[in-house]
Amino acid sequence: MKAFTTLTGVAAPLPAANIDTDKIIPARFLKTIARTGLGKHLFANMRFNEDGSEKPDFVLNQPAYRHSEILIAYENFGCGSSREHAPWALLDFGIRCVIAPDFADIFHNNSFKNGILPIRLPREICEKLMEDAKLGGNARLTVDLERSVVVRPNGEEIPFEIDPFRRHCLLNGLDDIGQTMQHKPAIESFEARQRAAQPWLYG
Amino acid sequence: MSAETPRTLFDKIWAHHVVDTLPDGTALLYIDRHLVHEVTSPQAFEGLRVAGRPVHRPDATIAVVDHNIATDSSRRTGILDPESRLQVETLEHNVVEFGVPYIPLLDARQGIVHVIGPELGLSLPGTTIVCGDSHTSTHGALGALAFGIGTSEVEHVLATQTLLQKPAKNMRVTVDGKLPLGCTAKDIVLAIIGKIGTAGGTGHVIEFAGEAIRALDMAGRMTVCNMSIEAGARAGMVAPDQTTFDYVKGRPHAPQGEAFDRAVAWWSTLPSDPGAQFDKEVSLRAEDIVPMVTWGTSPEDVAPITALVPDPAQAADETRRAQLQRMIEYMGLTPGQKLTDLKVDVVFIGSCTNSRIEDMRAAAAIAKGRHVAEGVRAMVVPGSGLVKLQAEEEGLDRVFLDAGFEWREAGCSMCLGMNPDKLTPGQRSASTSNRNFEGRQGPGGRTHLLSPAMAAAAALAGHLADVRDWQPLGSA
Repeated sequence: MKAFTTLTGVAAPLPAANIDTDKIIPARFLKTIARTGLGKHLFANMRFNEDGSEKPDFVLNQPAYRHSEILIAYENFGCGSSREHAPWALLDFGIRCVIAPDFADIFHNNSFKNGILPIRLPREICEKLMEDAKLGGNARLTVDLERSVVVRPNGEEIPFEIDPFRRHCLLNGLDDIGQTMQHKPAIESFEARQRAAQPWLYG
Repeated sequence: MSAETPRTLFDKIWAHHVVDTLPDGTALLYIDRHLVHEVTSPQAFEGLRVAGRPVHRPDATIAVVDHNIATDSSRRTGILDPESRLQVETLEHNVVEFGVPYIPLLDARQGIVHVIGPELGLSLPGTTIVCGDSHTSTHGALGALAFGIGTSEVEHVLATQTLLQKPAKNMRVTVDGKLPLGCTAKDIVLAIIGKIGTAGGTGHVIEFAGEAIRALDMAGRMTVCNMSIEAGARAGMVAPDQTTFDYVKGRPHAPQGEAFDRAVAWWSTLPSDPGAQFDKEVSLRAEDIVPMVTWGTSPEDVAPITALVPDPAQAADETRRAQLQRMIEYMGLTPGQKLTDLKVDVVFIGSCTNSRIEDMRAAAAIAKGRHVAEGVRAMVVPGSGLVKLQAEEEGLDRVFLDAGFEWREAGCSMCLGMNPDKLTPGQRSASTSNRNFEGRQGPGGRTHLLSPAMAAAAALAGHLADVRDWQPLGSA
């Protein structure tokens, strides 16, 4: 996983609540055995017409936002399906950070596993950042994970909260599995106890 | 926490599965059962292969294909779509390479992962169950802690049989009283989502309690827990009771004989203690529930079948007004229109929400002796090969076929638009599935969620209909 330290980039405004993972990547694009290459299907139904041509009104099709690295959205971002194809598609497109008032739990979790930083900020602040984002390439946001602040184009710093363990993993690009493997003796003794008490769970 | 502190069902199962706790409070949680399907697993197995890691406990893992397969006879001659075929073949290679038990497409036990887990006795009270699918919450109906995970976590569980998790908050939704005529578990859960919203349960595990929940059979409890994710909850659960034990007894992977009695003794200690604290409490009266249907593009946009399409002009604020307008436009509705005036093109009875034998019976009871309206395509898709066999033994396939419904093979089918069963743009469906998002059943498709009995009534009427006007013939 790629480490996340500081990011300065264009933020795309998506002023809607309940942007579900079917919107982020429709199910017909899940028939892949790879993690990469999904960026071209990101927001497919919102971004493209049936004939594959672009919908010019959609934000990521506008010249200023074609290389966005941050998304600003409203409540319950990433609700619905558990598909990790949603963060994979965002990442493959180039989005490394999503800022919203809140996120659906599974999407929130999946983002961290892929080096994408989901930041929760109150609605009023997201509205301000939405206004900043509407300025396109003229207004780049900086997300500084070391200091846990978002820096607005006017220089105002907005602190955000983040789970310390997840912050540590993101800053260092750490793979969870390798860390968990260090607990192998504890896992094995758990299994020995459970097997004795509930043998029907084994075998 | 001392042993005397009253604990919830969730607290108890959680405590039983903590292997280790990290300094910041993150728990390493043991996972008893891992269900694997073709769509969210290929990248996880690839990760294991690259790192040279084995599957830690193949005996706690089971794989099946359900999402992208056809539900007609074409499945017997191979999968036509090359991408779907590659995904299924990849799973078939992976289960051999990693030694994971697998139920092949043409096995009688094949079916939707959330139908077969309970059916085979793999999903048991007091266990932790995960799957790379958000509707894993279904298995909470057995009094298990069951939740959906992403593919990175699928890989983590395959490699270690654990997950790194922060404890969820406790929420209780109590539904007291008796359900009125025509109402089912689906109407209960739609009413709950309508009340608390699609983020009402975020960060929480919901325990469903109360007289109306206790009165549900296991299929009904599974329907309710299945859609707890649509309320944003991490998981849904129902405390195990005699209904649960009777359901589990004798299933192939359930404990047998003396072990079953020992298991029941333990399972009986799991229900929330009197006085246990919940971070959030919501209650509903079952008597107030009427047959429900969604009209918009989020499961929270749900109304009684007797209601009218809302008018954006009466919205509380500008954001909501814009949202309503967008939904009404997408769904092809007119403000003030009666929901019962909405003509349907397709009726889908199936999905992990409503494809169990009890759901088949409920739909068949309404369909029996009647006929699907002209111009309506009505599909019945049993949740597993075993549900299909049971239904055929009971003659339900004949009831459906005589009434003009299609009787299909088991799979996810038209729930999610990634296999041949899809809506075409502009088509309107009455569907027993769980999500009415834009494009969920196919690009441009318009989905109305409802119960199996309501879906059958819509198929017969040709429009959304009040099932209370379509009671079984001869029962009046």
